[in-house]
Amino acid sequence: MSTVNIKIEGIPYQVESGLTILEAAKKCGYEIPSLCAFNHGECNQGSCRVCLVEATGARGLVASCVYPVNEGMEIRISAPKAIEARRRSVELLLSNHNKNCQQCDKNGSCELLYVAQLTGAREEAFAGAHSEVHIDRLAPAIVRDTSKCILCGRCIERCKNAHGLGILGFENRGFKTFVSPAENRNFNDSPCIQCGQCVNVCPTGALMEHSEIDKVDAAFKAGKHVIVQAAPAVRASLGEEFGYPIGTPVTGKMIAALRRLGFEKVYDVNFGADLTIMEEGTELLHRLTEGGVLPMITSCSPGWVNYAEYNYGDLLPHLSSCKSPHEMQGAIIKSYWAQEKGIAPEDIFVVSVMPCTAKKFEKQREQLKVNGIPDVDAVITTRELGRMIKRSGILFDRLPDEEWDQDIMGDYSGAGVIFGVTGGVMEAALRTVYFKLTGKEYGKVEFTEVRGHDAGIREAAIDIDGTVVNVAIASGMKSAKILLDEIREGKSKYQFIEIMGCPGGCINGGGQSYVRPVFLPKESDDILDTYKEKRAKALYSEDERQVIRQSHNNPQIVELYEKYLGEPNSHKAHELLHTTYAAREGFNEI
Amino acid sequence: MAKINEAAKQQILEICNRYKDEPTPLIMILSDIQNEYGYIPLEVQEIVSKETGISVAEIYGVVTFYSFFSLTPKGKYVIGCCLGTACYVKGGQQVIDKFSEILGIAPGETTSDGLFTLDALRCIGACGIAPAITINGTVYPKMSVGQVPQVVAEYKAKEGVPA
Repeated sequence: MSTVNIKIEGIPYQVESGLTILEAAKKCGYEIPSLCAFNHGECNQGSCRVCLVEATGARGLVASCVYPVNEGMEIRISAPKAIEARRRSVELLLSNHNKNCQQCDKNGSCELLYVAQLTGAREEAFAGAHSEVHIDRLAPAIVRDTSKCILCGRCIERCKNAHGLGILGFENRGFKTFVSPAENRNFNDSPCIQCGQCVNVCPTGALMEHSEIDKVDAAFKAGKHVIVQAAPAVRASLGEEFGYPIGTPVTGKMIAALRRLGFEKVYDVNFGADLTIMEEGTELLHRLTEGGVLPMITSCSPGWVNYAEYNYGDLLPHLSSCKSPHEMQGAIIKSYWAQEKGIAPEDIFVVSVMPCTAKKFEKQREQLKVNGIPDVDAVITTRELGRMIKRSGILFDRLPDEEWDQDIMGDYSGAGVIFGVTGGVMEAALRTVYFKLTGKEYGKVEFTEVRGHDAGIREAAIDIDGTVVNVAIASGMKSAKILLDEIREGKSKYQFIEIMGCPGGCINGGGQSYVRPVFLPKESDDILDTYKEKRAKALYSEDERQVIRQSHNNPQIVELYEKYLGEPNSHKAHELLHTTYAAREGFNEI
Repeated sequence: MAKINEAAKQQILEICNRYKDEPTPLIMILSDIQNEYGYIPLEVQEIVSKETGISVAEIYGVVTFYSFFSLTPKGKYVIGCCLGTACYVKGGQQVIDKFSEILGIAPGETTSDGLFTLDALRCIGACGIAPAITINGTVYPKMSVGQVPQVVAEYKAKEGVPA
């Protein structure tokens, strides 16, 4: 590693060559106020001009996020000119910003507000005209409000990096520039998969999840039986809303909080995950033994399903016909559970807490209704649950650890928990498929060869008593595309593929807590590289703690089939737990 | 959204193919399409996106960034009035206003008979003959408000349209 000698504020340092001033300064113990730069240059447009510093050898001030260090460079962050310029940059951004911070859900995680305070931006320093505002509230998952956009381009880069999509772009020029899907369309009328990755990186309130807290409130007010179910990945992130270190599992406290919010029953979507494995595992076995369409691809991730419907309409028969776990569980709550409790399905309101914004879209799909009644009525994200807990005055860290409601669908296996991380559905399915094929449990329990916590493709050849099943796992559509193109060209060697929409799986979903280093002073400097692994560990540790580790050994699942569904893939199961897909036009006529 | 006919589609594919070895082919492709068809609607951008791997939003961004590119069909005669600094101080704004008045359209619009499109241009590099206008590439130097009706009348006469 070659190094260069630099000085910051007159003090000599030796740093790696090739770093930007911003990165080098961080290593030397200086956090230069910055805004648009994100995640080691994932977005590095130098567009906001907040990180200006004085550096020898440069004409004028330089944007430290894009300017590289070189030998002998003397950097002054505290030069009066630089301090003034940084403040002015922020003031200019604020002059065209909708400053309704009190009503903004990003408040508390807003990086613009943070740098405004940091640089001492003055009120209305540059009062003047505002750009025309475009607001899109039509999509169920994401809300776009250009009045809060600072044109940093992070969302554009994230969509390209995670999915190779680039749904968002800069439109027009100069003062009229705004960020939007082509033609200023709403997210529904463009091939957006509504995953929410753009929301996760937006520094301001310009991109937000479409909140459904009001719907939940209305259901309580209407006197419905409001049932809540929380997805596995939520417990690995919710603690972050309350200052816990990233990767702290908070299952018990989350259950306690949900109960205090007034939900009639607090269920774990892991039961639905176990049910999914029973159905999907059986479906895979049928396809393997009876010559069905292979490879079979998982269908739990609604972002991925959206992508498939927009871009690979010809490959839809490869998708498992299984509904996603929370939809399955919703359908069971409104049928089996309703019947057992003697409650009419239309009086039940099912709320899913999800790490995901695309689930908001999924729940309103026509294909996910039984007799016109949706399986799930509202989807709130991890972040929205955090807000609901805070507004109710619940001190999260003082909550006791409580247990899920245990009447009909409280039990779950470790296999269900790991659904929240890329490779988890695959591993859970293999545990059950192994048993179904061989009649005995897999001795090691864990199929660690399919594990990971990041984007990219993993593959394994699983030997099940002489039958070799070739499997592959991808998360993020950029990786998925490679596997899908292989299938399209007839070159795929796999029998079973797991695809998750977000890179790393649900632990990194678009509804999870924001990971913004400036608001996480206690986390390590490399937190943007390690948070997915930390959250994944939280889930794997819960799997290890479970006595039952395979879905088919969950006693309540066994009971559900005995009492109600018959057997996996039965007629009844198909009616309630399976769905269909339809190819969609990306840019439809509007 | 499959309104575009097969022949046009083939030609667009051919245009994309022309620049397949260029490291940054987008503007060249869009220029050729603009010249060939007079506009670049979204469905054409989708084809270009598929061929080049550049996202539709990014292509749309380029099309809306440069005033040379158009999303809607242009008229037979495109009147471009320069509003660069020199032309502006020499009365370019009054010239474009007069065209607007006579043709009954705002800058950026096309007359209902499809004959004229009125465009406001940034500097066209003809500051020495300001205020300048161009009509389908022909430059008219030192325009005055008084000349505008005559210029319009000439083109209308050419087309056999009563003034």
